[in-house]
Amino acid sequence: MIDVVMPQMGESIVEGTLTKWLKKAGERVERDEPLFEISTDKVDTEIPAPSAGVLAEVLVEEGKTVAINTVVARIDEKGEAKPAAAPPAKPVEKPAEIPAPAAAPAAKPVEKPVEPPAAAPPSPPPVSPAPPVSPAPAPPVPETTAAEEASGPLSPLVRRMVREYNIDLRQVEGTGAGGRVTKQDIEAYIAAQAERTVEGAPAPAPAVPPPSAVPVAADLAPAAGAAPKTRMEPMSVMRTKIAEHMVMSQRTSAHVTTVHKIDMTKVARIRERNKAGVKERHGHSLTFLPFVTRAAVEALRAFPLVNASVDGNNVVYHNEINIGIAVALEGGLIVPVIRRADEMSVLGIQRAIVDLSTRTRSRQLKPDEVHGGTFSITNFGSNGALFGTPVINQPQAAILGVGVVEKAPVVIDDAIAIRSISLIGLTFDHRLIDGALADEFMLKLKSVLESWSEEVL
Amino acid sequence: MLRCELQDLGRLDYSEAFELQRTLVERRKAGLIPDQLLIVEHPHVITLGRSGRAEHLLASEEVLRRAGVSFHHTDRGGDITYHGPGQVVGYPILDLREWKRDVTAYVRAIEQVLIDTLGEFAITAGRIPGCTGVWVNDRKVAAIGVHISRWVTSHGFALNHTTDLSYFQYIVPCGLTKPVTSMAELGCRASREQVVSALARSFRDIFDREMEMAA
Repeated sequence: MIDVVMPQMGESIVEGTLTKWLKKAGERVERDEPLFEISTDKVDTEIPAPSAGVLAEVLVEEGKTVAINTVVARIDEKGEAKPAAAPPAKPVEKPAEIPAPAAAPAAKPVEKPVEPPAAAPPSPPPVSPAPPVSPAPAPPVPETTAAEEASGPLSPLVRRMVREYNIDLRQVEGTGAGGRVTKQDIEAYIAAQAERTVEGAPAPAPAVPPPSAVPVAADLAPAAGAAPKTRMEPMSVMRTKIAEHMVMSQRTSAHVTTVHKIDMTKVARIRERNKAGVKERHGHSLTFLPFVTRAAVEALRAFPLVNASVDGNNVVYHNEINIGIAVALEGGLIVPVIRRADEMSVLGIQRAIVDLSTRTRSRQLKPDEVHGGTFSITNFGSNGALFGTPVINQPQAAILGVGVVEKAPVVIDDAIAIRSISLIGLTFDHRLIDGALADEFMLKLKSVLESWSEEVL
Repeated sequence: MLRCELQDLGRLDYSEAFELQRTLVERRKAGLIPDQLLIVEHPHVITLGRSGRAEHLLASEEVLRRAGVSFHHTDRGGDITYHGPGQVVGYPILDLREWKRDVTAYVRAIEQVLIDTLGEFAITAGRIPGCTGVWVNDRKVAAIGVHISRWVTSHGFALNHTTDLSYFQYIVPCGLTKPVTSMAELGCRASREQVVSALARSFRDIFDREMEMAA
């Protein structure tokens, strides 16, 4: 007799569940022929017979979990197959090692009862879009599916109307053959309901509010009587991360903002002159943002503390200038980083911005492309904002907020002139940076932007 | 380095893919072919694993038929699951004797392939101890179910890329009453090709195989 044991299928595995015997007691097996199946952690494994013979004893039944090396069966090497031992019909002697699914334990009913179990979601099959908010008030519908089944066969159109208008079929009188509810019946019902509301009486208002214990059901099929006042949705992963980061930043840094009025006329002219050429040669637009970024790089070089961060009681000065650019997304924002922005021209920065923002929007950023920033810029001016007070992107020390560039009348040498003006603000961490330094930084930025010369492009 | 042939078969019926896997498993056992990674996309289908419980199917077969969803019993590990358009399904046919004779290590490695793939699209995914699969904040983004015969693997994983998640309403996925999600729902707009090539890259790195496009 040969012992067949529960094998160890991996280092950390200490037990296995015997899911299926592929041979019955008394049957002949060949060496290496699949004998039984075990299941461990979403893996089903066929275990071959260790030697040829007759399966003499089955010691562990299907469904039992046993420790490894437990004897699960014995094989009699000299035994003869005893067809009599396995009495009534096992017509399916499977030649292939994978038994047909039909051979699965018969005790397990495969057929589902017609009634869906209570846990079945009450929403319609996915062929139709989510039910819109019911346009006509109807009494609360406890269970459309059951009602539907109760009222006999419905045409697909009627079924769809019932779902869309969230109608309790038991309230509708069927005038079709055998009392079937027809499209006309539904339309008449909806019209009647609408009239009742128009008359002012909130007629079908339920005396008892719908049980609040079933908020999910309420979400999927809003009870028509009273539209829910609130709707609850889990935050997206990105949203929770943003929420955590924003609050953490507010708690960490002493946020202060200084705003300077910057004359962008020169930059605007350079941009106008080069826009078409850049589009033609490089295939992307030329915006104000790379100019502001380039100017910020100059100012960061002059005032390294603005490019620093706080670590406990230490100030960490960064030798690289890596600038994060806030990119708005549906439902959130991501701040990808332009690495070594201090080594780039305006055009290089523009290309990096186009590339990063495109890939941010299509979610193809590499994880390390959102880390390692030493300073950030947010361009809310593109949405028309004059100026703002952004939240610092931790662990950085400051963030530049760029307002809209607009033509405005300004006084120059006692004359009124029209200039392109932008309000640009620096929100800084007062733990590290004082107002005077922040303003010096801004004056440097201002002087670069206001005295821009063509060659710098 | 050992070779692994990558075949992206596109849309393929579940039963055809099942037959193909059986053939490849036999050829792999016989040493006629190197390791394989099949990538497919199935039409709507619900499959029940060997250890699956029929009550995790929430809809009657009639309702499924009307919704255009077919139903199969199958021989992989795991409970019930749904496959359909927008899902990137991977069937690695590997001889684990040439890697590690350890089914748990294999499942963890498949999880890592998926986690790294998602990482390429800036999605931070992870594991939940005791719940095989790949998760993003308690939502399942990829399911795993494996069959092993003489250390040769079949079946594999299903990554929800742009899957219409409403089809999961018909089942309790893998018997877990936890919600499912997809890369699209997590905001990723990468194309199927990008996802497949990211999968191939992380598969190469994790299993240390040289990936070749099959002719």
